[in-house]
Amino acid sequence: MRQFESQRLKLRRRFGGDGLRALFLTPSAVLLIALLGVPMAIVFAYTFLTRGTYGGVTSAWTLENWQRLADPLYAGILFKSFAIAAVSTLFCLALGFPLALFISRAGRRKGLYLHLVILPFWTSFLVRTYAWMFLLRDTGLINTVLLKLGLISQPLPLLYNYGAVLLGLVYTYLPFMVLPVYATLERMDRSLLEAAADLGARPLQVLWRVVLPLSRPGLRAGAILVFIPCLGAFLIPDLLGGGKTILVGTLVQNQFTTARDWPFGSALSMALMGVVLLLMLPLARKDGPGGGDLL
Amino acid sequence: MGEVLELRGLSRYYPAHKALDGLSLKILEGEFFSLLGPSGCGKTTTLRLVAGLEEPTGGRILLRGEAIEQRRPYDRNVSTVFQNYALFPHLTVRENIEFGLQHRRGGRPAEAGKRIAEVVEMLQLGGKQDRSPAQLSGGEKQRVALARSLILHPDVLLLDEPLSALDPNLRKEVGVELRALQRRVGITFLFVTHDQEEALSMSDRIALLNDGRLEQTGTPREIYQQPLTRFAAGFLGRVNWLNGTGIRPEATLLSRERPANALRVYETVVESCVFLGNRLHVETALPGGEHFIAELPCPAEGFQAGERVHVWWRPEDELLLPV
Repeated sequence: MRQFESQRLKLRRRFGGDGLRALFLTPSAVLLIALLGVPMAIVFAYTFLTRGTYGGVTSAWTLENWQRLADPLYAGILFKSFAIAAVSTLFCLALGFPLALFISRAGRRKGLYLHLVILPFWTSFLVRTYAWMFLLRDTGLINTVLLKLGLISQPLPLLYNYGAVLLGLVYTYLPFMVLPVYATLERMDRSLLEAAADLGARPLQVLWRVVLPLSRPGLRAGAILVFIPCLGAFLIPDLLGGGKTILVGTLVQNQFTTARDWPFGSALSMALMGVVLLLMLPLARKDGPGGGDLL
Repeated sequence: MGEVLELRGLSRYYPAHKALDGLSLKILEGEFFSLLGPSGCGKTTTLRLVAGLEEPTGGRILLRGEAIEQRRPYDRNVSTVFQNYALFPHLTVRENIEFGLQHRRGGRPAEAGKRIAEVVEMLQLGGKQDRSPAQLSGGEKQRVALARSLILHPDVLLLDEPLSALDPNLRKEVGVELRALQRRVGITFLFVTHDQEEALSMSDRIALLNDGRLEQTGTPREIYQQPLTRFAAGFLGRVNWLNGTGIRPEATLLSRERPANALRVYETVVESCVFLGNRLHVETALPGGEHFIAELPCPAEGFQAGERVHVWWRPEDELLLPV
């Protein structure tokens, strides 16, 4: 302890009053500026340039990329993307909260269940998405079994629609809901639940009036962790939605690949980021107990 | 006065030990009853069993003659003031106080408003009702916890070391207030504490527990002056033991000259003499090496270490343990 203290003093002398803080923050700050700040600045600059014939940009300045965003076509796609992300988040909330609650009450099996929640991360996201395709396609496992059993005569259209996209998103991002919610449930003072029961609340009332409100920080964190990647998802809509479901993530990706329109893709992604930031602002500003703990 | 709560052979066993082992008690209507004992003696377990927060391994709990040990916590007309108060942090003081009224069987009573006003006034929480618990002092939190429970008019109010979370110099004062409050509302208090001074000063009766078993019940005076076991004698205060006879330090007398007609007199050597303001704390050693402590009221003449003195006492001050 004393050794640590003297080390601390030495650092303090070397780096001034906040020596330790500077020491700890510098690596991540450098990393963020180099790998996030600079690329974002480049992308932002691209939005004012003209597309090159084979991708890339030419140096003619223009506002055209921003003006194109006003096209109702893109507003529609953006809206649809928000809707899908919002519905996915709601499903994750509805599925994730009970699951987290179950795990937090599981006693000695908690560790096992938590590992099961994290288990999917052990394989590639791409592989898991392809696995869903094998399950859902016309000649996939589900349709084959149902056909063989004679329950259906035609394969069900399970793949290449919004339902499949939704399923893929919920499946992929559910752990991001479960883990923060579990963390708040785990931290929750048990005596509050006992007090509620002691004051006459039945289990469901305890859940509704005490557990749920006190889980809000976790639910909020989970909602943000699910909503934002869902909004920008392009792989899942592409693979499970086929070409039919154009969402903003796939749209951006298309601009950079097949359409070879980097400036417009940049404008789209900047616009998306702006909207998300505007949406998140009230959450980040929220003060008081349980608020402001994420951002 | 009849009994409001009766425990019959109440037990709670854990795989490794017996937290409570066959406790039988009768608690009278309107009583301030304390469960006293060292940590791990089973006093908090008893409270939790009565509240329904733990299930007994065996035994019965009778509330107004009705067996309640199988009932869920929300179905028992008792209420608990938790050690850390367990106020709901997301609710205001007023919402905390109302919580029980909204959930108890029969719904929100018609006179809810009146009841709230009553407890708020009684516990001096006026003006604090819209605060969140985080904005309250320790004493205020405790009063909210009390209000939240008292508003339900429980048959028994269970208090789990409610003073231990308070500032030490606030404890005595709050203890006195608690006692006065209990008198005023007339509700039976079952009070858990490990602090013998708290138990002595506040209780009508005390049950002393040790190692999951009942050691003794009685009024504070009975337990202090007529302990039934060595443990009871020692837990309530210091005792000098001499050939099986116990003498409290404050009943011990000390003098340089041999007292004229005292029956129990021993010659000792003063080891230390400490002035404590209201009393002198004198430690002496008998020739056999046993320590003998005397607490003498001040003003009393001081003694020098190494001085030869006589310890003696009146026979009626001896603690006689039943054999």
